Amino acid sequence: MSSATATEAESATERLTLVEGVREGLHTEMARDDRVMVLGEDVGKNGGVFRATEGLFEEFGEERVVDTPLAESGIVGSSIGLALSGMKPVAEMQFMGFAYPAFDQLVSHAARLRSRSHGQYTCPMVVRAPYGGGIRAPEHHSESKEAFFVHEPGLKVVVPSTPADAKGLLTAAIRDPDPVVFLEPKLIYRAFREAVPRGSHAVPLGEAAVRREGSDVSVFTWGAMTRPALIAAGNLAEEHGVDCEVVDVRTLSPLDVGTVVASFEKTGRAAVVHEAPKTAGVGAEIATTIQEEALCYQEAPIKRIAGFDAPVPLHALEDYYLPQAVRVQDGILETVGF
Amino acid sequence: MSTHDDTDHRHSTGATQPDTEPIRVLDDDGHLLSSAEPPALSEAELLGMYADIKLARHFDQRAISLQRQGRIATYAPMTGQEGSQVATGHALDDEDWLFPTYRDHAAKYVHGAELGSLLTTLRGYREGYSDPAGVNLLPEYIPIATQVPHAMGMAWGQLLQGNDDTAVLCHLGDGATSEGDFHEGLNFAGVFDVPAVFVCNNNQWAISMPRERQTASETIAEKAHAYGIEGVRVDGMDPLAVYAVTRAAIKKAKAPTDDERRPTLIESVQYRYGAHTTADDPSVYRDEAESEAWRDRDPLDRLETYLHRTDVLDDEREATIEAQVEDEVAAAIETAEAAETSPERIVEHVYEETPDRLAEQLDELNALREKYGDDAFAEVLG
Repeated sequence: MSSATATEAESATERLTLVEGVREGLHTEMARDDRVMVLGEDVGKNGGVFRATEGLFEEFGEERVVDTPLAESGIVGSSIGLALSGMKPVAEMQFMGFAYPAFDQLVSHAARLRSRSHGQYTCPMVVRAPYGGGIRAPEHHSESKEAFFVHEPGLKVVVPSTPADAKGLLTAAIRDPDPVVFLEPKLIYRAFREAVPRGSHAVPLGEAAVRREGSDVSVFTWGAMTRPALIAAGNLAEEHGVDCEVVDVRTLSPLDVGTVVASFEKTGRAAVVHEAPKTAGVGAEIATTIQEEALCYQEAPIKRIAGFDAPVPLHALEDYYLPQAVRVQDGILETVGF
Repeated sequence: MSTHDDTDHRHSTGATQPDTEPIRVLDDDGHLLSSAEPPALSEAELLGMYADIKLARHFDQRAISLQRQGRIATYAPMTGQEGSQVATGHALDDEDWLFPTYRDHAAKYVHGAELGSLLTTLRGYREGYSDPAGVNLLPEYIPIATQVPHAMGMAWGQLLQGNDDTAVLCHLGDGATSEGDFHEGLNFAGVFDVPAVFVCNNNQWAISMPRERQTASETIAEKAHAYGIEGVRVDGMDPLAVYAVTRAAIKKAKAPTDDERRPTLIESVQYRYGAHTTADDPSVYRDEAESEAWRDRDPLDRLETYLHRTDVLDDEREATIEAQVEDEVAAAIETAEAAETSPERIVEHVYEETPDRLAEQLDELNALREKYGDDAFAEVLG
């Protein structure tokens, strides 16, 4: 009896990488809802340049997995029209650094169709983009500009950091009534595997996840930086007896203020880790929110451990640009030692 | 000015429908077509063009192998397309400006970029983007089609400043013709009648997208018609034809006759033999047999045959060129591998004057390097 239960539990999950989690999220939702379609550059026959859409073209056909002409504004703009028509488009920007031609469509239209039409028209669609550095990619392939989208009211911005969340958050994004920018940290696309629920699996948007509980300092992060933050937390516990709480923010907009503030009220100290440039990054929003909501709990300045206020360097120097575990660790110690 | 009727007007803008059949000088085997006139090039010029194509092919093979060995990062191969790149380069005068894409290594080299610098950039050092003084060349463009309006603006600036002897050549791919910037740049070029030549290197594939899925137009050259400029379709694997067409377009850009407009869109019809980049696997999306027909029209083979038949090239000269090419590429690899960089480079040249805040960020990094050593930063993330 017990072994039958174990087998059942085993078959309820499969061990996937993050990019496979994305693919599974797309697959499950496409199988469940005929209106869900995928469109973008090289997403069909080629299965996506990172293989995020592998096999979908063969299974769902060229009308639902569409190789478009090379035109980001066209992809997002036509997705808005598709959404208006009742379809549920999931558009892929091949790299975040190439999404800018679509920026006008996203901020002037997708983000505000609902408010402009006083709720008469809505824009339920997802724009996926691999983002972030660390894979030795050519110039313009390593940007981390989530703040552009977080700044735009009407858009939701989501960044998974685990394979299960990649599937679950993408599922929720596809089902969401509003446009969602879904940023996939390509550094950890294939970095590790974990058990991911089979079948329908939704993780609600707007809820941060506490990845490690701790009492001395709160570390707020997301995406690819979650792992260096957790490694730093482990090292600090072992070497310095510092007990870090690591919070994976995972929905950057709307921000889960409740979880962020509750963690800070417990520890009284915080560091924010992101690979985007420091100035006007999402770290600034988190730090200010904490000051507004929990000033009386604050015991030290909030430390931002971030990318430089400079373009991402070519790959030879990107390890200096990105917050490595060593930088994260040192920054946390500074906060704790204040 | 007299009033033109419709027919005259079409003629006056040069915006007639281009022939679907590409212009050729050489046949598939490298024999001069009876209908064609070879371009007026001296023996030395012909040999120079041949040597550059030979070098480009060798460079491409070496770069792919360096990438496989982890000595450079992602590389965009150009084999099959180097004949067109080199020929357009030879059609330029030194003062002309070149706007290249990430695949136009040979075009950059011909216009004055150093081979070692090309490889330095591929090692991940931004220093490689600096070209020798006086070389009118922009760093390669990676976001698709974004260079088209820039090239238009550069050409416009020449016009506004009375630089009648300077034209601009802008490379782009077939995929680029779908982007908004392509339309906006060409429209501006037509409206402001600037001395610019746009070369669309139609290599049939935008990563996995075949040309016929990129646009429903029969040709790319015909898109010029809508902008009121001339469109020309040329066999991009016939270096002599590409040279002739590009040279004519550059001359017209600088000194149009009364009824000509300056800009031209050249569709250079060619084929990407290899992968989009070393990160791509074309066997997933295309039948490799397709490339065989194109390889039969190889630009290097055709020019080689032509030069042998016209006694410009013999076996001895060919061997000498081959040895020179190998030495030059080997020296470039050595230069690139000797190049050094430093984390300080991250903050340099972001602004003319580095803001204090950015300088402090570098200080913070340097303090950490001091404290933990550079090895701590070399650890694989996550």
